[in-house]
Amino acid sequence: MSIEVCNLVRLAPGTQQRLLDDVSLKVPDGAFVALVGPSGAGKTTLLRAIAGLDGCNSGSVLLDDRPMTSVKDRAGRMGFVFQNYALFPHMTVARNIAFGLDVLPRGERPARSAIAKRVEELLELMQLQGMGGKHPAKLSGGQRQRVALARALATGPRVLLLDEPFGALDPIVRRSIRTWLRELHDTLGLTTILVTHDQEEALEIADRIVVMQSGRIMQDATPQDLDEQPATEFVMEFLGEAVSFAGEVRHGRMIADDALVLPFAVPEGVTDGPITAMIRPYEMTIKKPASEQDVLSLYAAPRGTRNGYRHYTLQLGERIIPFYRPVEAADAQVQGVALDIGRARLFRQGLLCG
Amino acid sequence: MTLSRLAFFRAGGSALPGYRLSLTLTLAWTGFFIILPLSTLLVYPWQGGPAAMLSALHDSRMLAALWTSFSCAGIAAACNIPFGFLLAWALARGHLPGRRLADALIDLPLALPTAVSGITLATLYGPHGWLGAVLAEFGISVSYNKTGIVLALMFVGLPFVVRAVEPVLRNLPQELEEAAHLLGARPWQVFMRVIAAPVLPALITGFGLAFARGIGEYGSVIFIAGNQPFKSEIAPLLIVVRLQEFDYPGATAIALVLLCVSLLSLALIGGVRRRFALWSEPA
Repeated sequence: MSIEVCNLVRLAPGTQQRLLDDVSLKVPDGAFVALVGPSGAGKTTLLRAIAGLDGCNSGSVLLDDRPMTSVKDRAGRMGFVFQNYALFPHMTVARNIAFGLDVLPRGERPARSAIAKRVEELLELMQLQGMGGKHPAKLSGGQRQRVALARALATGPRVLLLDEPFGALDPIVRRSIRTWLRELHDTLGLTTILVTHDQEEALEIADRIVVMQSGRIMQDATPQDLDEQPATEFVMEFLGEAVSFAGEVRHGRMIADDALVLPFAVPEGVTDGPITAMIRPYEMTIKKPASEQDVLSLYAAPRGTRNGYRHYTLQLGERIIPFYRPVEAADAQVQGVALDIGRARLFRQGLLCG
Repeated sequence: MTLSRLAFFRAGGSALPGYRLSLTLTLAWTGFFIILPLSTLLVYPWQGGPAAMLSALHDSRMLAALWTSFSCAGIAAACNIPFGFLLAWALARGHLPGRRLADALIDLPLALPTAVSGITLATLYGPHGWLGAVLAEFGISVSYNKTGIVLALMFVGLPFVVRAVEPVLRNLPQELEEAAHLLGARPWQVFMRVIAAPVLPALITGFGLAFARGIGEYGSVIFIAGNQPFKSEIAPLLIVVRLQEFDYPGATAIALVLLCVSLLSLALIGGVRRRFALWSEPA
């Protein structure tokens, strides 16, 4: 099922503050989209608006090109998993999962045995065999998470909306449930929208990432595009550690204000004038001294090894910047005369250029 | 249970400082203030011999008074359940103006001397009271019969239901309702299955507290009840009557029966509550 959000505006009740500022978003059938952004960016607000839980001041939400006006329109067609799971505490796991079927009008409700069978199926799918008789209070976080998913999926919705579903889980469970969720999405052919503030999680699980900031969508792109062409300084910053260099473009070359940074050629079309270059710590290199006699002017202090990169800090004039090198190259020179930032992205007024 | 019992006898290893001392003090205190008076109550009625006791227990006026007390307390507590639930709901969820004032007013019956409530109710519902006069026009008599007793007991019992239910409602995440809506539940289904059901144990607790208060209530009832023997006389009043007649064995016999039946019904209510609250017990 495709989802389309058109010009959604939502004001904070009683004020003019825009929680959602003219948000439009198209999610094609079968896509796995992650909404990311800092706290207060409007991710959850957007997700709740899509689910119809909060009203909006203007704009519309279309499901397979049909406008959805109330929660009732969406009932049973959209599965929603809350951040705190919102499991019914007084019902057993099986009754929780069956809820969406139990509340159907008598004419549409499946027979009791059919419901029980469906619950068994879902328990198996969620790897919760034998848990049907327990109450949610007796389950672990990961299990509750899966019960919430099973409950959302019981009525066979084509759309799954997840609000920070991994927030309360420990890192190991988090990783395994993440992969498992992606598999589930593919097996069931769902259209999934996931809200998270963890950009790594988003990069790993989603086909498309929507970066939000103060109620607006800053960029909507594949993880690869996002990495290569971040639309704004904020997106660049948000998706991972970045070092920025203020400077100026002169005659097609970027000259950084910092001493010891090598000038580099900018792409065509970047006009002369002030500019900001941003680069990931692992994309920088140190230029070795031309000869043994050269004065050693840059020194990288080691700060441990993580994920196949050796981490260093570089003293660059007044500031200290991070600098990573792959472990296999780490024995090579980590001191030299200048810093090469030729792979940096260039921004003017916060927007990507070039 | 067994663990804590063991801890008392071998408290040397307890991490809490002064554990044994404080436990001893607590037990002595409860013993002195609760067990001792209760045990005299158990012993005293038998001093006149079993025969006197038996005849006292066969007093039909006493049985009628006990029946009045228990039935009226039960009806009043039951009536308080829907009202108390709604009030707790409004306090927990509604953001109505004057909510704080309402919040304070609800506890008023607890603080008010019961005689004050009694006089207020009697003047309000009496044959010449503001409401009583209007109701009398329609041939409805509220005072000087059981309706009046129930009314008075509802007044004093309401805070117990509200205060038992309100925190539970408050702690019920709003997401539960939203989840139920999204899963296709209609409004009354959301209410019955997702809101009322988890609150049920608290409602039963509230019922139990209001009921217990209703049985023991004296001051607010006697002004409005009319206190006719066999009709609208409550058991606590009969105890006072017996005491004024210097019939101490008779008074204590009623007290004993009152005590036993109260204990029994409270235990019963507790059992029912536990039956419905199985889910909330930790593993």
